Amino acid sequence: MKVYVPRDSAAVSVGADEVAERIQASANTIGRDVEIIRTGSRGMLWLEPLVEVETPQGRIGYGPVALEQVDGLIAAGLLDGEGESLGLVEELDWMRRQQRLTFERVGVVDPRSANDYEQNGGMQGLRKALTMTPAEVVEEVTNSGLRGRGGAGFPTGIKWRTVLGADADLKFVCCNADEGDSGTFADRMLIEGDPFVLIEGMTIAAYAVGATEGYVYLRSEYPDAVEALTKAIEAARAKGWLGEDIEGSKLTFDLHVRVGAGAYICGEETSMLESLEGKRGTVRAKPPIPALEGLFGRPTVVNNVLSLASVPTILANGAAAYASYGMGRSLGTSVFQLGGNIARGGIVETAFGITLGELVNDLGGGTASGRPVRAVQVGGPLGAYLPVDQFDLPMDYEAFAAAGAMVGHGGIVVFDETVDMAGMARFAMAFCAEESCGKCTPCRVGAIRGVETIDRIRAGEDRSKNLVLLDDLCELMTDGSLCAMGGLTPMPVRSAIRHFGEDFSA
Amino acid sequence: MTTDVTNPAAVRTARVREIASDLRELRGPLIPILHAVQEDLGHVDQVDVAVIADVLNLSVAEVHGVVTFYKDFRREPGGRTTLRICQAEACQAVGAEALGDHVKRRTGLSFGKTSVDGKLTLDEVFCLGNCALGPAVQVNGKLHGKVTPARLDAILGEAR
Repeated sequence: MKVYVPRDSAAVSVGADEVAERIQASANTIGRDVEIIRTGSRGMLWLEPLVEVETPQGRIGYGPVALEQVDGLIAAGLLDGEGESLGLVEELDWMRRQQRLTFERVGVVDPRSANDYEQNGGMQGLRKALTMTPAEVVEEVTNSGLRGRGGAGFPTGIKWRTVLGADADLKFVCCNADEGDSGTFADRMLIEGDPFVLIEGMTIAAYAVGATEGYVYLRSEYPDAVEALTKAIEAARAKGWLGEDIEGSKLTFDLHVRVGAGAYICGEETSMLESLEGKRGTVRAKPPIPALEGLFGRPTVVNNVLSLASVPTILANGAAAYASYGMGRSLGTSVFQLGGNIARGGIVETAFGITLGELVNDLGGGTASGRPVRAVQVGGPLGAYLPVDQFDLPMDYEAFAAAGAMVGHGGIVVFDETVDMAGMARFAMAFCAEESCGKCTPCRVGAIRGVETIDRIRAGEDRSKNLVLLDDLCELMTDGSLCAMGGLTPMPVRSAIRHFGEDFSA
Repeated sequence: MTTDVTNPAAVRTARVREIASDLRELRGPLIPILHAVQEDLGHVDQVDVAVIADVLNLSVAEVHGVVTFYKDFRREPGGRTTLRICQAEACQAVGAEALGDHVKRRTGLSFGKTSVDGKLTLDEVFCLGNCALGPAVQVNGKLHGKVTPARLDAILGEAR
């Protein structure tokens, strides 16, 4: 009897390890043979720990399972898929409403098993790529419409073409896994739940641009992801999926994990490169762009986890299949993350174009507190705060930009009516002051001035004059900062003032 | 080279040199070395900086600059238990600040401080990637979700 229990750190954070142990112990007691397989999470985090049991009809789910419920559930027939269950997991509304391409295997397979990966469609993308020329692979990625999932939305194929065209003795592929934004956890869940897809995506990138070495810059706050990826890289090497002559193709590529050290700014691509080189993570002025002068001055592909992890499915199924999802210039699927004060939080992978309201209300079920939703922050700490009357906005890079907001990496954080939006605006400035690399003045000093000015506004000191001053400061930070840290911090601040201005008055 | 095992400073220096020498061939070895030193010896001491600089042929100022830039690197020993409480937006939306205040009151520590008995270091962190199951805390690297003040007291009790 196969029983699946997630080992994803979110699931473990609410007791999945203890539940798995208890199932084993309880089964032993009654003399039942069970094989417990530790998977990633399906992304229905409000149901964690979600236990699944294999039956002839499919996997039956139970959740959230508290430790003290395990014996009772087993007595009621859990090991045979009986008793009070959620039914077939694949048939749950939350699952059926999604189009899972990148997250296809997450929560399904054992992330430690290369064989499991291969048997569930893994390696098909790389094998296809190896039958094509590097330029054809770049073309395929370009045609898929894939844009950077890290937030900036730059077309991935164009970036790769630049690196392919650069002449150098050595090229690199760097995966930016410094997922520091609050409200984002898709990178972590993918790496913990299906690390081989990232390895495969990076290997395809290496083949496409002529790189021989890859680095994954992974944040230290994610020790479980570091372990999962490190183990997967070892397994991939043992399979001949990394190293020399990969799959008999003469392709040489190897991959290394580098752990960050608690600096948010290192999620900015040039800071990340400085950090990988062993320096302070200060941003670099662009140009030169990393595609031409990146890691150690060599041409470098820098992509986010989800961008790279989307590549295997694009190659395996073709660019057209991927581009058939989405709207406008936002093609394919995106992995939206629902967090904060939300009843049903987790991962939703679906085509671009789904509305904010569908995500928050229909899938997310509104707030966890049961109070009305007041604000949602989309795209991380540097993204805009939006009110409920913007819920018909489709998740689309251009539609969000037109609304003074950003899709970013698809993180959505929900707040109920108790939120103090002037306090959140202050936090945005304080966070920037704390995390600024310090290289440019608008960010380093502007953020501190921002905190001071918001404090004066909240204290009722020359309110209208200080609101004008704050707006001027935001303008300066937007226009004058070297990178998105200082350049985007005004977005949460200004959106809070625009949509929740009453919180800034007496 | 022999080390005087009765001299703790010499033992430390020898160990740091060994770690740095083992990792110096990596591309961009400095941060992996600092992580390894902290993992092995608990913190990155000022005396370690000169040793690492020597092994990597960097200036002491350069290594010092890196050590002080990154929040992960401790300049002095931490507590036996490190409690990190997420204070980022998603956890704020479900009461992270109140949880932080509770712990500060209960332990008498502020963020970034270690108790005098060396048992506990209290720290804030901005995002542990558990944004749908907040408030989140990390205790010696282990993640906990949906943490109430009562649950946190229990977790801390077990860690002692």
